[in-house]
Amino acid sequence: MKVLVPIKRVIDYNVKVRVKADNSGVELANVKMAMNPFDEIAVEQALRLKESGGADEVVVVSIGPSQNQETIRTGLAMGADRGIHIEASHDIEPLAVAKLLKEVVTRENPGLVFVGKQAIDDDCNQTGQMLAALLGWAQGTFVSGIEISGDKATVIREVDGGLEHLAISMPAVVTVDLRLNEPRYASLPNIMKAKKKPLDSISVEELGVDVSPRLTVIKVEEPEARSAGIKVADVSELVNKLKNEAKVI
Amino acid sequence: MSVLVLADHDNGQLAGATLNTVTAASQIGGDIHILVAGDSSGDVANAAAAVAGVAKVLVASDESLGHGIAENVAPLIQEMASGYSHLLAPATTTGKNIMPRVAALLDVMQISDIVQVVDANTFQRPIYAGNALATVTTDEAIKIVTVRSTAFEAAAADGGSASIEDATAGSDAGLSSYVKSELSSSERPELTSAPIVISGGRGMQDGSNFAMLEKVADKLGAAVGASRAAVDAGFVPNDYQVGQTGKVVAPDLYVAVGISGAIQHLAGMKDSKVIVAINKDDEAPIFQVADFGLVADLFEAVPEFEKELS
Ligand SMILES: Cc1cc2nc3c(=O)[nH]c(=O)nc-3n(C[C@H](O)[C@H](O)[C@H](O)COP(=O)(O)OP(=O)(O)OC[C@H]3O[C@@H](n4cnc5c(N)ncnc54)[C@H](O)[C@@H]3O)c2cc1C
Repeated sequence: MKVLVPIKRVIDYNVKVRVKADNSGVELANVKMAMNPFDEIAVEQALRLKESGGADEVVVVSIGPSQNQETIRTGLAMGADRGIHIEASHDIEPLAVAKLLKEVVTRENPGLVFVGKQAIDDDCNQTGQMLAALLGWAQGTFVSGIEISGDKATVIREVDGGLEHLAISMPAVVTVDLRLNEPRYASLPNIMKAKKKPLDSISVEELGVDVSPRLTVIKVEEPEARSAGIKVADVSELVNKLKNEAKVI
Repeated sequence: MSVLVLADHDNGQLAGATLNTVTAASQIGGDIHILVAGDSSGDVANAAAAVAGVAKVLVASDESLGHGIAENVAPLIQEMASGYSHLLAPATTTGKNIMPRVAALLDVMQISDIVQVVDANTFQRPIYAGNALATVTTDEAIKIVTVRSTAFEAAAADGGSASIEDATAGSDAGLSSYVKSELSSSERPELTSAPIVISGGRGMQDGSNFAMLEKVADKLGAAVGASRAAVDAGFVPNDYQVGQTGKVVAPDLYVAVGISGAIQHLAGMKDSKVIVAINKDDEAPIFQVADFGLVADLFEAVPEFEKELS
């Protein structure tokens, strides 16, 4: 079985994001970029499946400008076998991403797609569910545990009330949550090896998908900043302030 | 214009976030209908019909709808969609699971997790863990939107008298089936709607130390939350997590204990009215957003806090 892992290049999660002065978006120039942390977890899960004999090939795919090839190389250095780069502008919407991925799935025929539950830039939490819908496949979302037997997978989902176990039939799209695993770091020899692994480029046109945006971003602003308050000397001052000043207890 | 709101529920009770979503729907304008897709969820339908401002409740009842399985619920909404200008759901794990599937079936780009209705086509939503707010507009024939419950007041749970009608029952897509749940049960208020939340972080050191926070919570009528680090370490279950990828809370009072204040945590609590931080490191970033900061060892401060409340 082949596992397909879509990966997104985003601003590194440690970077303090700044809004552009003209309110057209956030500053991306000279900002450290990295693989979306949830996608690292997806790659890791695919690799573990391969290492345990449950999969024979792990293919990573990324949609975006040429710099996304670096993100694909990161996935290859972690241990993925092959990369696919779909050249596109960076602000392509989840629905269009799902349509492009559907075309890749049709060509590659994976038994599973592992994808991060959300990207930490647009925080949309849509792509995996949309891909599953377009393919008519089962979806397991926000997954923190997975067990595969035959053509069924049992997934543990992190839901608002706790955990939910679902049996999903394969092929399926699984969107991964933080506690599924801890992704490995790429070792230096593997980073070297990754440079020689196959990486194909395809254009959006070749895939025949209309990716024109459906939404218009009117403006992007900084939220109102919260200012630091005061330090209290001890617990009784704290309780006093909460009772008599803030009046919240 | 008319708006269909997908009810979040467990077949027995209507989840509170549905009420906040009804308020967002009323700001859009037009008739508001609530869809209760479930299995023997008559009580939920009655509760939905009593919500102020709701014109009609549609009930789709089938065994296959009993656990909110997206593959079964989404086609049902797809079928009903043509009568509506907007499809709304709370941005709970149920709404987040189902609505993007509906959006793709209808070839519509969803707008996730809105915090403001600007007009019927235009919405504000946080991006980058709430470090920026985007105002987006759409001219799709059907708008599909999920709603952040803390950004909208709850509609009144009574005073309404909507009609209740049966909708198409739906069927099992045969793709996924429910196995079991491990739900946290608690007598305390629900985290996302509690007026006071007290959360513990890695500084708590151990799950058993959360008992200290629970004692305070019980005195204040508060819910207990946690940082990701505390959940990852196994101190408390996943449903306690507050943050970018956990729950978003905005109580009157949020008390952060042994939490450093990473942006991903702040994303889930910085809209709280009053923030208290108890941390032994006076440089911890949580103090930059705290109204009242106490630099202290939590193992001394929390029991003392509890005592002072008596
Ligand atoms: C993709 C992604 C998503 C994430 N999503 C979330 C999320 O949703 N929610 C979330 O919370 N985090 C999230 N994180 C993690 C986040 O970046 C931080 O790692 C996490 O919030 C840290 O938790 P903490 O503050 O409990 O731990 P730490 O950062 O380790 O802080 C512990 C604090 O406790 C204090 N302390 C220790 N002992 C004591 C004592 N005896 N008395 C008083 N104070 C003490 C220390 O001074 C320190 O400030 C996410 C990270 C990533 C990459």
